Amino acid sequence: MQRFLNDPDDIVDETVAGFVRAHADLVRLDPGNPRVVVSRLAGQQGRVGIVTGGGSGHEPAFIGYTGRNMVDAVAVGELFSSPTAKSFHDAIRAADGGAGVAVLYGNYAGDNMNVKMARKMAVKDGIAVETVVANDDVSSAPLAEREKRRGVAGEIFMWKIGGAKAATGAPLAEVIAAAQKAIDNCRSVGVGLGPCTLPAVGHPNFSIAPGKMEVGIGHHGEPGVRIEDLKTANAIADEMTAIVLDDHNLPAGTEVAVLLSGLGATPVNELYVLFNRMAQQIEARGLVIYRPFVGNYFTSLEMVGATLTVMALDAELKLLLDMETACPGL
Amino acid sequence: MSSIDSAFLIAVFRRAADRLEAERQALCALDGEIGDGDHGTSMANGFAAINDHLRGMARQEATPAAVLRDAASTFLAEVGATVGPLYATAFLHGARLLEAGDLDRQQIGRLVVAMADGIKARGQAELGDKTMIDVWYPAGHAAIAAAAEGGSPAEVARALRMAAEQARETTVTMIAARGRASRLKERSLGHLDPGGASAAIILAAIADTLASAA
Repeated sequence: MQRFLNDPDDIVDETVAGFVRAHADLVRLDPGNPRVVVSRLAGQQGRVGIVTGGGSGHEPAFIGYTGRNMVDAVAVGELFSSPTAKSFHDAIRAADGGAGVAVLYGNYAGDNMNVKMARKMAVKDGIAVETVVANDDVSSAPLAEREKRRGVAGEIFMWKIGGAKAATGAPLAEVIAAAQKAIDNCRSVGVGLGPCTLPAVGHPNFSIAPGKMEVGIGHHGEPGVRIEDLKTANAIADEMTAIVLDDHNLPAGTEVAVLLSGLGATPVNELYVLFNRMAQQIEARGLVIYRPFVGNYFTSLEMVGATLTVMALDAELKLLLDMETACPGL
Repeated sequence: MSSIDSAFLIAVFRRAADRLEAERQALCALDGEIGDGDHGTSMANGFAAINDHLRGMARQEATPAAVLRDAASTFLAEVGATVGPLYATAFLHGARLLEAGDLDRQQIGRLVVAMADGIKARGQAELGDKTMIDVWYPAGHAAIAAAAEGGSPAEVARALRMAAEQARETTVTMIAARGRASRLKERSLGHLDPGGASAAIILAAIADTLASAA
């Protein structure tokens, strides 16, 4: 694939610089750390701060969810690589308004360790820090070992709900509880049709043979649960919906939020083709789609493929999902 | 008998930084097989940052423990991924050992094992999980054994290097149980662990510094 590229080593700095220029009404760079993007409204007195972070290459995640009633500060890592402990620490400091900080992040080894070390540093500063770890990716481990599952696009719902709860003025424990409920209520699956390449490496990280697809693929090309022959869009939509809903096991009548995200190189029109069928399948199970999102919300460089996330809703989650928000990603 | 001083550690970091830089692409390619392909970048950039930082340190005044503490804070500030916190904790455990008292160079294995303990404490991996500790521990134990047998610094260095190389190859036969490769399960068999490969590079830099100083 031909790329818009200067020096591959500068790509993250240039991405962040361009992002901050494009969305200067909503975000700024942390003055002390160029790998921390901060909402212009961060650090409001008495309000719980929301922090996340992760590797780059997933845009609009993670930086794109910085904004009003959303994430207050984001630690930015190298491509597909956890941010440093120092960046998470600086993000926590930037988000703190005296009421504590909720760090809402995905279940990856690097992020787990860096957040843990950052939390220790922040607690030394006198900041109360609690965490929620997203683990919505059904294919990455069995339900009985949910704590091993990776976090994927369900993180967006976790941030939305956590950010909205913080906006109500709720204390840290309630913000954490709401974000935890959001991710507990999420299930996701990814299907990959084509690999992606880290520009500095220069060749794809993994391969998907022509005519094949990888079901259950991770956000960094982590291998899925099975490789199958490429099917029609409808058949793939059916399979993805079944994987998510079989794991979810929701009673008929449950209202759900649905998020279908492209992985970077899939045309948006194909996402609508998939969604057309997925919505029918979800409704056929007696579920009610309260609010759908279709687009490129959480990508993996130029991977070809899509992820489906379904979040079961209750009255509280509906209220928080509907709270007005302003961020580049949603 | 000379002890592990700051000049020794600075020489180790310089040597390791040069070699990790030379192996940057190879490590990324290994990581691309069973991980996400960034390991060479993290390691080469991280050690380069340590090296840059140490150059600014007044080496006469710095204690060896201070060199390791400085390396740890550089890693926490410059390297994310998993290797940032893992090696930062390794350096901190090494610093703690050296703060407890001077260590003769023949006793390098004790420093290597202390660093391995730090990695294990942070990453919670067990031996055999196909991670960098599968290289750090055998290398450290081999060096301790060579010193216990009265080996010269050159002999200790040789034992350290050989054990590291052998342990690196042994990771090919392991099934990953930690880190991103663990999602591959049996499909990780037959691949060299990238963290083990970079560990062997660092351990060889330690061994060669020991041998050349002897």
